[in-house]
Amino acid sequence: MDVSSAFGAAFSLIVSLDPQFMQIVGLSLRVTLTAVLLAALIGLPLGALLAVTRFPGRSAIVVLVNGLMGLPPVVAGLIVFLLLSRSGPLGGLGWLFSPTAMVIAQTLLVLPIVIALTRGTIDDLWSEYREHLTSLGLTGWRAIPTLLWDGRFALATGLLAGFGRASAEVGAVLIVGGNIAGYTRTMTTSIALETSKGDLPLALGLGLVLIFLTLAINAAAYGASRIGARFAG
Amino acid sequence: MAMRETPSILPLSVQGLSFEADGKRLLDNVSFTLPKGGVTSIIGPNGAGKSLTLRLCHGLLAPCEGAVRWQAETGRRHAMVFQRPVMLRRSVRANILHTLGAVGMPDAQSRADRALERFGLAGLADRPARRMSGGEQQRLAIARAWALEPEVLFLDEPSSQLDPGATRQIEDVIAALAAEGMTILMTTHDLGQARRLSRRILFLNRGRLVEDSPTETFFAAPASSEARAFIAGDLLW
Amino acid sequence: MMTKRSLLVAGIGLVLMSSAQAQTAPAQTRFITVSSTTSTTDSGLFTHLLPAFRAKTGIEVRVVSQGTGQALDTGRRGDADVVFVHARAQELKFVEEGFGVERKPVMYNDFVLIGPRSDPAGIRGSKDIAAAFKAIQAKAAPFVSRGDKSGTHAAELNLWTVAGVEIEKAKGSWYREIGQGMGAALNTSNAMNAYVLSDRATWINFKNRGDLEIVVEGDRRLFNQYGVILVNPARHPHVKKADGQAFIDWLIGPEGQKSIADYKINGEQLFFANANQPGA
Repeated sequence: MDVSSAFGAAFSLIVSLDPQFMQIVGLSLRVTLTAVLLAALIGLPLGALLAVTRFPGRSAIVVLVNGLMGLPPVVAGLIVFLLLSRSGPLGGLGWLFSPTAMVIAQTLLVLPIVIALTRGTIDDLWSEYREHLTSLGLTGWRAIPTLLWDGRFALATGLLAGFGRASAEVGAVLIVGGNIAGYTRTMTTSIALETSKGDLPLALGLGLVLIFLTLAINAAAYGASRIGARFAG
Repeated sequence: MAMRETPSILPLSVQGLSFEADGKRLLDNVSFTLPKGGVTSIIGPNGAGKSLTLRLCHGLLAPCEGAVRWQAETGRRHAMVFQRPVMLRRSVRANILHTLGAVGMPDAQSRADRALERFGLAGLADRPARRMSGGEQQRLAIARAWALEPEVLFLDEPSSQLDPGATRQIEDVIAALAAEGMTILMTTHDLGQARRLSRRILFLNRGRLVEDSPTETFFAAPASSEARAFIAGDLLW
Repeated sequence: MMTKRSLLVAGIGLVLMSSAQAQTAPAQTRFITVSSTTSTTDSGLFTHLLPAFRAKTGIEVRVVSQGTGQALDTGRRGDADVVFVHARAQELKFVEEGFGVERKPVMYNDFVLIGPRSDPAGIRGSKDIAAAFKAIQAKAAPFVSRGDKSGTHAAELNLWTVAGVEIEKAKGSWYREIGQGMGAALNTSNAMNAYVLSDRATWINFKNRGDLEIVVEGDRRLFNQYGVILVNPARHPHVKKADGQAFIDWLIGPEGQKSIADYKINGEQLFFANANQPGA
């Protein structure tokens, strides 16, 4: 198999706007973006809280979160699988083999990244803002909204890193989603499937589309943060 | 400043203030009283404890010994401007609005407008604060503090980072605020500035309050040999 | 600034709402979950069968494809309504243990022995799979085993026994267990010039063949029977009994059987419906 046929496959996938393909791309983006959004809603305040507060056991949590950044996707998938299986504690929800399960697994993967990078960013910002905010009576959690807002461009980079990890991952979504055609099949599980079918050009073609999409989203976010940063100084 | 219905927080009474860090005594048994009105300058060589005194008075730090007592405890009626003012990563107007929002001041928009107008920043309102010159940033920092309508304003080396022109502007602002009735306690290492602006001098050296006297007296006839040496430029290290 | 922030909040809300909506909408459709093997999915059989079943009943069939052992485990845990696999002995055990209601035969396909054109074991064209396996072991020719407890893996282990080879003792560096699916095993064989046992459907659909070709086929011992089982609702009360049974009835009924027989790739029939063959 040659690389040019992979580019050909990628090209025809994009121009044909094949509904099955579009559905796969749409699901991938929806699952990953929802996971990143959830991780942001949970991780940004938690990361900031870790930066501005001091309590016993804080260092242990920081080390734990940093370590969890390397959580293997398969392990995250397995944990969510065991939780959501009908024989598991949350089996009654009936969420296994659904996009919801994939969102949960990816949120689990992205969350440590968001928390750790937020903590680092807000740590720096807090040491700069500390006296001013303390002077205004904004200490502890009351300082968090200001810090998150002023760190928004650096934090966006952290969210992008999380997006990259989630969109590239296959192990977790395969286990908890089941790669069901038309329902839980994503870009990455399709790539795995086509590879196992020996259709390497199509697999690589899908891979190229995924890379292209990731690049486009990164470029858009980078551009937006550059413009924003120029405005906000 | 408009007349207030709330009781004045002044005079401020500082009694036996001491502060230690890492086993080093940085401030030792400092006592003074700050009555209403005028500019008081804290001067002294580097490391004398000038900024520390301001921070303790403003409540950013807690003293190891001694006390900072306000006449009335009616919320935060004092504000502080730092040597390197913290500029939030927002527009000039948003910086003022943030300060007002933090303490829950009503009518934030119109207050911000007045602050911008009062300190000549109206034309810069939508500029990113961090892209302004040092002088403009210092004016914004004072505008932000002023918008809170404090009775007492603490200024830590308000012109140490500025060129002569900007320094001049800031001194005019300070004089005007004092003329309007605001009580100002500031630190400076610029003896000329202390002489021009303040009616009273607190001279600190090595964490101790060495002299507390009217400006003319201090410069014309310093009581201590340390103050004499300091004025003569023989800095005490 | 306030307007910008409220815009952001509105945007976040919109994304959340749209994704919540998009995820609840399909959940309201009538569906069953079927755990099946990689061979049925990779061969494209389900893509051929399911639209016809859905058109008739309105039931969407969500297929999770795994190795046979894993697919049965998914049924055991109650994470599927129907199990559709190919490992007769394991299927009967599954029912015996009370996890399934009843096993029904559906169809068979056959395994083929794939090998490199160079044929180091010299077995091309043989009709005797036992002799071929023995020759591979004797010459220590490279052989890729699925090693994943799948139906194909079980069939391969059985063939070693039939050939009189105690593979646990005989295995050496020539015997490579990869612990992956059929496609991965074929990809590996291609790269290593090794023999590999494959189901015919996956082989026909497989595109990355390189030097590989069929070396042995047609031995009756290579036939591969598929069975379908409803997961026991007495064990897992949430199992969709009626809809699951409807799918099974359709598969083993005339319409399903005909649809299976009709599925061809490049004019080749892949699966042979035999629901009515006794003892299958």
